[in-house]
Amino acid sequence: MSEITVPGVAPKGPIGKAVFWARANLFNSWLNTIITLVIIYGVVRLVPPVIQWAFLDSVWSAPDNSVCRAALGACWAFIGVWYRFILFGRFPYDEQWRPLLVCFIFIALLLMSCDRRFWNSWLMLIWVAGTAVIATLMWGGVLGMTFVETDLWNGLPLTLILAVFGLGFAFPLAILLALGRRSHMPAIRALSVGYIEFIRGVPLITVLFMASVMLPLFLPTGTTINKLLRAEVAFILFSAAYLAEVVRGGLQAVPKGQFEAADALGLSYRQKMQKIVLPQALTIAIPPLVNTFIGAFKDTSLVIVIGLFDLLNTANAALNDPAWRGYYVEAYVMISIIYFVFCFFMSRYSQHLEMSFNKGKRR
Amino acid sequence: MAQSNAAPAADTGAPMIELRNVHKWYGEFHVLKDINFQVGKGERVVVCGPSGSGKSTMIRCINRLEEHQKGQILVNGTELTADVRNVEAIRREVGMVFQQFNLFPHLTVLENLTLAPIWVRKTPRKEAEEQAMEYLRRVRIPDQALKYPGQLSGGQQQRVAIARSLCMKPQVMLFDEPTSALDPEMIKEVLDVMIELAQEGMTMICVTHEMGFARTVADNMVFMDRGEIVEVGPPTEFFANPKSERTRTFLGQILAH
Repeated sequence: MSEITVPGVAPKGPIGKAVFWARANLFNSWLNTIITLVIIYGVVRLVPPVIQWAFLDSVWSAPDNSVCRAALGACWAFIGVWYRFILFGRFPYDEQWRPLLVCFIFIALLLMSCDRRFWNSWLMLIWVAGTAVIATLMWGGVLGMTFVETDLWNGLPLTLILAVFGLGFAFPLAILLALGRRSHMPAIRALSVGYIEFIRGVPLITVLFMASVMLPLFLPTGTTINKLLRAEVAFILFSAAYLAEVVRGGLQAVPKGQFEAADALGLSYRQKMQKIVLPQALTIAIPPLVNTFIGAFKDTSLVIVIGLFDLLNTANAALNDPAWRGYYVEAYVMISIIYFVFCFFMSRYSQHLEMSFNKGKRR
Repeated sequence: MAQSNAAPAADTGAPMIELRNVHKWYGEFHVLKDINFQVGKGERVVVCGPSGSGKSTMIRCINRLEEHQKGQILVNGTELTADVRNVEAIRREVGMVFQQFNLFPHLTVLENLTLAPIWVRKTPRKEAEEQAMEYLRRVRIPDQALKYPGQLSGGQQQRVAIARSLCMKPQVMLFDEPTSALDPEMIKEVLDVMIELAQEGMTMICVTHEMGFARTVADNMVFMDRGEIVEVGPPTEFFANPKSERTRTFLGQILAH
């Protein structure tokens, strides 16, 4: 809604101004008036009960669930008892500082990668080092840390490992697939198109099942590939196909003249793509790229079907405790908040990135 | 070949560019029909003709932005083939200026100029930047070096595009209607730069309708129509008494106003 000035009435005082603003923006047509009234009605009906449930009638701490049973509101005490299990799952209780540290390392690495000043070859080294530290902390077996099976890597660290490494490897693969799809070489083009169309035609759950159930059947007996690794690879292969199409959209939006100018200067194919075409294509593709990233981040929760305990699955497991059964809403509110923080950050960051790329570059 | 009145004498020893019986088709459509044409070192050629006559296609074949299907194109004695290395080697020596400028919008003016010297010629960055500033001075916009192309006027952008090509120290410059996308008041600033370049002895092939410019710099005029070269001749001859009826009609149309 845009500001509309009503001639002849000058608003006086803060209340006058508010009334004036409301009339100009909320009640300036009969349709807007109806929409405003419907929204006000919805807010009045919904917000107070939610506040009542979440804050006024809720139980914040209790030794067991008898207090919660008696109360009408939310049982946050359930979260108080179970939050460590939801976050870290079956990781040995006394060692849970390790996955906690891993989460902080992930967040630090991601925040650092968001700053364009760090976008150089050092960042790659820092990620390699960070990955080594993360692996050491999770596995242990050295420096007095006990060894922990990947089956016990649960909760938030698992979600982050799947999402960050999954998308981190899927993105470069997607760029290659997108370039392959536009290649002049028929074999490479056919391969890329075939791959992308095949993967896009199959649900992620199926790909995960294939990786988890079918793949071992084809391997010689005795060879096993770690379940987490299989899920990770399936996730990478799946996300790459979707990201490839987004990148291709960006590539198609780069004007033909840019390709020709790069060619005319004698740049090689690689230089042309790396220096001229991809920087422009990826900038154009930021909104749909981030869209796909957010979708993929949430899709990591599908690893539940092959029995990996990601953040959502640990919450489900906590709900199975007979002593605290039934607090679904509380558990899912907690999970939702965690997912929301990550997704909202990605969305805000993409807006920031778009603005900083476009600053002063176009008329 | 004949010489123009204004520019220094062209050395017409070995041809810099030679097209022999070049044909090109877009599907069924015969765009270039048996093109035979030579440009000597230091020679300046202006190509004109009605739109759709194949003039842009012809010069775009010279650096293989378009492929020809029959005949030979030789640049500095090297034949253009499908071999990527051969094509890249020829493109290094042939600069091109486009109608739509085609500057890289995500890079500053200076980065636009230094990109190819640094990555293709392997010039050290500092040297490439000094050279870029030198060319920016020659096209009279050194103060815009750190701006982005989108912040410049059309005339300024086209001068940057010329400087960008010159930074590769090409032996030939191709101009594909360099002033057609410009507002009238900006045409002169671009033509002035091109005239200067011609006077320094650069080999140039220029597709343009700017007949004043053609009279000033051209050693030879080429008139194309419907995919054929209809007439070639020095500008004095060409404008005073064109041999072909089609040339006369065309000149009548564009010189009428």
